[in-house]
Amino acid sequence: MSRLKYGWWLPLLAAFVVFPLVEKNPTYTTIGVFTLIFMGCAASWNMFSGYSGYINLGAAVFYGTGAYTMTLLSNHLHVPGSGDQFWLVPVGGLVAMIVALPFGLIALRVRRHTFVVITIAIFFVFQLSAINFSFTGGTSGLSLPLIPWLVTNFNTPFYYIALGIVIFATLLSFAVRRSRFGLQLLAIRDDEDRASGLGVKVFAVKLTGFVLSAFAIGMCGALYAVFEGQIYPQFVFDPLFDISIALMAIFGGLGTLVGPLLGALVLESMQQYLTLQFSNSSLYLVLFGALFLFIVLFMPQGVVVYVRDLWTRHSLASDDDSTSMDPALSGSTLS
Amino acid sequence: MNGTAVLHSIIDGVLTGSVYALMATGLTLIFGVMNIINVAQGILVILGAYLSYALSVHLGIDLFVGLAITIPTLFVVGIVVERIFLSRIKGPERVVMSILVTYAIALVIEGLLNIVFSANYVELHAWYVVRSVRVFGIWLPYIYLLGFALAVVLLGALYVMLYRTRFGASVRASLADQTAAALVGINVRRVSTICFGLGVAVTAAGGMIYGATNAFNANSSYDLISRLLVIIVLGGMGSLGGALVAGIMMITIEDLVSVVWGPTWSNLSFFVILVIVLSLRPQGLFGQRSVRVA
Repeated sequence: MSRLKYGWWLPLLAAFVVFPLVEKNPTYTTIGVFTLIFMGCAASWNMFSGYSGYINLGAAVFYGTGAYTMTLLSNHLHVPGSGDQFWLVPVGGLVAMIVALPFGLIALRVRRHTFVVITIAIFFVFQLSAINFSFTGGTSGLSLPLIPWLVTNFNTPFYYIALGIVIFATLLSFAVRRSRFGLQLLAIRDDEDRASGLGVKVFAVKLTGFVLSAFAIGMCGALYAVFEGQIYPQFVFDPLFDISIALMAIFGGLGTLVGPLLGALVLESMQQYLTLQFSNSSLYLVLFGALFLFIVLFMPQGVVVYVRDLWTRHSLASDDDSTSMDPALSGSTLS
Repeated sequence: MNGTAVLHSIIDGVLTGSVYALMATGLTLIFGVMNIINVAQGILVILGAYLSYALSVHLGIDLFVGLAITIPTLFVVGIVVERIFLSRIKGPERVVMSILVTYAIALVIEGLLNIVFSANYVELHAWYVVRSVRVFGIWLPYIYLLGFALAVVLLGALYVMLYRTRFGASVRASLADQTAAALVGINVRRVSTICFGLGVAVTAAGGMIYGATNAFNANSSYDLISRLLVIIVLGGMGSLGGALVAGIMMITIEDLVSVVWGPTWSNLSFFVILVIVLSLRPQGLFGQRSVRVA
């Protein structure tokens, strides 16, 4: 059972590792890098919001913080554009965590639906600050040291670092899911008052999860900054980023391990491809919104859970052995 | 900075704030009755503005006369959205799902508006938009006064409907306790649908005033919705009076900050106030702390 359950990760991982070796067209490897960046963000976002039920629509704060940390540090420390900047990627994640602490202290004081609204508000504080402060370069943004690599190989290091972040975020999410801490997050999602009554330190648990989820998102933002070579406040602090990763996670299955990865893989690659084909982002907005509405109305628990339920029903019909369901894992989705 | 500028910004803030209060009242009414946060409210305001724009540019209909068409149109849009999408959201995660569903609806509308009207900024034109009148020694465009009057009339109508009619009594009962309301024979489903329609319909008026006082495109909806959300959270989610007070208060403060420190900081002040108020009073200014929220 467990071999069947985890065995399919390996070929999938192999496919991701091999992709840039097979596909040499920079257009498509660029799509690959962006898709992986979003997969990392969605997996990390899900680790807090999916498990605890506190939907964070201000995750772009972490992303933008990572991007600005990378840009400002590499400019002020005069890091040459030779790949040395990659060492600053984890720093971007750490600074995002530091920013997440006061953010969480304020936003987590309230219950879920108000939390969502406050995260949106705090997000706009950051976006406006990035536009208004002088050290961020305002709306004209900031550029990073130029990386003098050939176009043909330019994407490869970014691709593998992004893949590393995705693997890290997934393993962390898995570890949290299996830990006592993860169960406390799930208990908060299911009934916060009862969890509190049973001795879960709800505020501390929520804050820890919130800060922890900032790390990988901050790293993704830092990597994005190096990849683009130029950042603008309206693109690194983008309200569409907030909603996109939430939709990706829900598309795949909120609170599941694979769901956000699948959601980001499908939706981000689709967006990049459509933008490339039609150079019309408005059309994408319509499709994206419509697809999401379809998912919510017909598969409210996400594609992964929908397929798993179909599969379970199928195997239940063939043999009556329903005892092998792991209650801890089968309860991993929002009802 | 001088006295006249401060007085100007206060008058300006109260006049514009009343329009925001109107839009926020729609939002808080929807939340109070249905437990749904309608994130699409911002883009619906823009839709209302574009409808007024289309009517005035293509058919030459006056902005205020056009409201006779746009308000019922958006009421129907609200009813349709509620019936098709929102009434299907069930389960304990309804509030959160409603945010995401309305966000998705907003994305669809935003994309469509971009395709139909392009992303270029437009403005609504009429004689009262460009001409000004002198009030207390301050020149104010007529549209600010007319917008204020419109907001007052509509808020008054909403108030009369809510507090003086039988339907209003069922709405207030549903606001207070849905289950109890259903038990005394109120058709909560029907009340919800109509409330959503009403909450959306006010955006037609708000959008017309917004479009006449600001250049807008579909992207302006983000700015709008973030302000409206701050207003209803500050006022206390579901509190009608709170939305009114917070709307006027926030826009006035924003205008004052803009005069005293400069316009770049005025947006920021909005959110800083929110953060401070919520740290002290998590339920908002007029909200009631719920005993138990699952």
